[in-house]
Amino acid sequence: MTVTASAPSTATAPPGHPSSSLGLAEVLSDVRVMVGRSLRRSSRDGEALVMAVMLPVALMLLFVYVFGGAIEVGTDYINYVVPGIILLCAGFGAASTATYVANDAVTGVVDRFRSMPIFGSACLIGHVVASVVRNLLATVVVIGVALLIGWRPSAGPVEWLLTLVFLVLFMTAVSFLSAALGLLVGSVEAANSVTFVMLFLPYVSSAFVPPDTMPAALRGFAEHQPITPMIETLRGLLMGSVIGSSWWIAAVEWAAVLAVSAVGAGLLFRRKTR
Amino acid sequence: MIDVRALSKAYGANVVLDNVSLQVLSGTSYALLGQNGAGKTTLIRILSTLVTADAGSASVNGSDVAADSGAVRASISLTGQHAAVDEMLTGRENLVMMGRLRRLGVRGARRRADELIGAFDLAEFAGRTVKGYSGGMRRRLDLAVSLVAEVPLLFLDEPTTGLDPVSRNQLWNEVRELGARGTTILLTTQMLDEADRLADRIGILHDGAVAAEGTPDELKERAGGELLDVTFDSAQTASAAADLLGSAVRGTVTLTASSATVSIGTDGTANAVKDVLDRLALGGFAARSLSTARPTLDDVFADLTGTTNTNNKEQAA
Repeated sequence: MTVTASAPSTATAPPGHPSSSLGLAEVLSDVRVMVGRSLRRSSRDGEALVMAVMLPVALMLLFVYVFGGAIEVGTDYINYVVPGIILLCAGFGAASTATYVANDAVTGVVDRFRSMPIFGSACLIGHVVASVVRNLLATVVVIGVALLIGWRPSAGPVEWLLTLVFLVLFMTAVSFLSAALGLLVGSVEAANSVTFVMLFLPYVSSAFVPPDTMPAALRGFAEHQPITPMIETLRGLLMGSVIGSSWWIAAVEWAAVLAVSAVGAGLLFRRKTR
Repeated sequence: MIDVRALSKAYGANVVLDNVSLQVLSGTSYALLGQNGAGKTTLIRILSTLVTADAGSASVNGSDVAADSGAVRASISLTGQHAAVDEMLTGRENLVMMGRLRRLGVRGARRRADELIGAFDLAEFAGRTVKGYSGGMRRRLDLAVSLVAEVPLLFLDEPTTGLDPVSRNQLWNEVRELGARGTTILLTTQMLDEADRLADRIGILHDGAVAAEGTPDELKERAGGELLDVTFDSAQTASAAADLLGSAVRGTVTLTASSATVSIGTDGTANAVKDVLDRLALGGFAARSLSTARPTLDDVFADLTGTTNTNNKEQAA
C-alpha cells in the first residue's frame, strides 16, 4: 500500500481555527455535496421511485373509477379528488425520507459526518431536497395522468405558480417531519411504520370526501387538521372553488410544522446523549 | 496527542466509563482491549465529539473535546464499528464525496480518490455500488474513506470484526503501514491477537475502568516471565498438584482440568523450575511432561478480568 502524504504527526489543526463556525461558502458547498448525494441515491433506488409515482396514480384511478361513481360531491369526482391525490403523493414521497435518514443513523453514516468539521445539517437538507424533487416529479406524473382521464383545472399561470409554492411548502415540511421521525425512532423498520401513520392522515381530511359527510367526531378532526386547509387552498387555486381563510391558515400551520420539524431534526442530529 | 483525565460516563444507572485516564503519544498506536460492554466504543465516541462525558476531561491534539469540538474534528478521522459508507453510491463516489466534504475541491477530491483506490487495491470495484461489496471490501473502502483527509489521528472501532482471516490480515497490514508513517492510531478490539500485532501500548478496559496498561511485553510480564506447564496422568492428580503449588509458589497457578495440566507463572530462572519440581517430588507427584512458554495476552486478560475458558478452573497463589 502506498498512501501518499498520509498524516504527518505535525499536521495539527491551526490553533484558533474557527472550524466550529463555518463560513457561508463552506456551508453551501456541504449542502451542495449532500444534495448531490441524496439525488443520486434517489435516482438509484428505482423501486422506491416507481412506488412513489405509481402508488398515487393507482390510488387516483381507484378513487375515480371504483369509488368515484358512488361518491357525491356536487361536481365531477375527478375534479374534486385530484388536489387530495397530489398531497397524498407528497406524503408517500416524504415517507421514504424517514427510512433514508434512519438508515444513515443506524449504519454510522451520521456518526461519521458528525465527527467531521462540516455543516452537519447539510446531510438532512440533502435528504429533504431530494425528497421534494422526487415529490415534484411524482406530482407531474399524477397531474399528467389526471389530465388524460378528464381532469379539467381552471387555474391560470398565477394560480399554478401559487400551487407550486404551497406544494413545495407542504412537501418540505412533511419531509423535514419525516427526517426528524427517522432520527427519533432509531431503526429503519420503526421509521417505516411511523410514516405509515402519516400516510393515513389525508384520508381523514377533505381530500377524498367532504368532511360534513363524516360522523361528528371525525368531522371535527377532519375540518381542523392541517391537511384540510392545504387541500382547500389547492382546490381553490386549481378548480376555482372558494378559498376563504384556508390559504393563510395553511400557510401558517405548515410554516410552523416546517420550522418545528427542521429545528427538531437539527437538534436530534446533533444530540450528544446516545 | 490524546489526554484523557478521570473520564466518567453513565447511561442512567448503567456506568459505562468509571474514572478512566489514559494518554496516547503522538505517532504511537494504542489499543483499547476489552469485551462487549467494557466501554471501548463510548470512549471513542467521547473522543470523536459524538457524545459528551458526565465528568472528567479529554483533549485531542491539545483541544478539549467538549469546549473546542470543531478543532478536534479537524484533526481526527473516525472509522466506526459499522462500515459507514453509502451503499447506493459507488466506491469512487464515496471517496470523492468525502474529499469534497474535506474541502479538497472537486478536482482535488477526484485526485485523492484515485490515489486511495490505487493504494487500497479497489480499482476493480471502484465503479460499482457498495451494495454488492463483500464485508472485507467494504471495510477497506471504509478505511480508505477515513484517510481521505490527511489527519494526524485515526480512530478505529473494532476494525476487523466480522472479517475473514485474509481480509483481516490485509487490513492489519494497512493499519501497520499507517502507523509506520506517523499517524497516531487509537483502536478498540476484543481480540488480544489484534492488539498484540497493532498496538505500541494496550489498555485493558474492564467494566468501564482501565484494569491494566502497558506495552504488550510489559503486560505479558505481569502474568509471569515464563509459564511452566506441567502435565499429569489424570485431572485429579493435576488438581491435587495445583492445590499443593497454589499455596507454595509465588506466581499464578492455573489448572486446565481437561488436559490435566497445571500452568505455573515463574520468573523464568532454572531455580524457579527446580523449586516447583522439588515441591512436586516432595508431595509424591509424578509429572508426565513439562514445557515452558512465554505467556500470551490471553493469560493476562484472563488474569485481569477473571474470565477463563470454559474448561479452566483458576486458582491464584
